[in-house]
Amino acid sequence: MDKNFFQDKKICILGDRDGIPGPAIAECMQTIGGEILFTSTECFV
Amino acid sequence: MDMANQSRIKETAEKYGTDNVVVVLGGAEAESAGLTAETVINGDPTYAGPLTNVSLHLPVFHIFELKDLIDPQVYEDQISMMEMVVDMDAIIEEMENIRQQFS
Repeated sequence: MDKNFFQDKKICILGDRDGIPGPAIAECMQTIGGEILFTSTECFV
Repeated sequence: MDMANQSRIKETAEKYGTDNVVVVLGGAEAESAGLTAETVINGDPTYAGPLTNVSLHLPVFHIFELKDLIDPQVYEDQISMMEMVVDMDAIIEEMENIRQQFS
C-alpha cells in the first residue's frame, strides 16, 4: 500500500467517539491524499 | 455502523463508483472495526440497515494500518496517544481477517 493508491480516491471517514474521532482521521488523511467526502464520528455504545 | 452512515456510504459508492471510494475507520475495538469493515465489503451483517444484502466490496482500512503513510508529526499529534489505550495489533489483525474472509 502506498500513497498513490489514495490520490484519486473519495475518502469516507468513520471515526469512533471511544477510539479515533473523525476529525483526527481527517487530519491524517489530508497528509496522504485523496478527497475527503465526509467525516463522521460514531458511538458504538 | 449506524443507519445514516450506511446510507451515505451506499449513495457515495453509487455516485462515484466502488473503484473510487475508500473507507477509513477509527474504531476502538477489533470487533466494532471488523463489523464496520464487513458492512462496507459484504453488506450489513445485522440485516438492519440500507447495506443489507448490498456487497460494495469497498477498500476499507483502519487508520492504524495507514500509519506509515501519514505525516509523522500529524500522526503523533492526532493518533499516537490512542495507541496506548487500545489493542492496536488486535484491530489490525481483525481488519486483515475480514478483508481475507470476504475477498
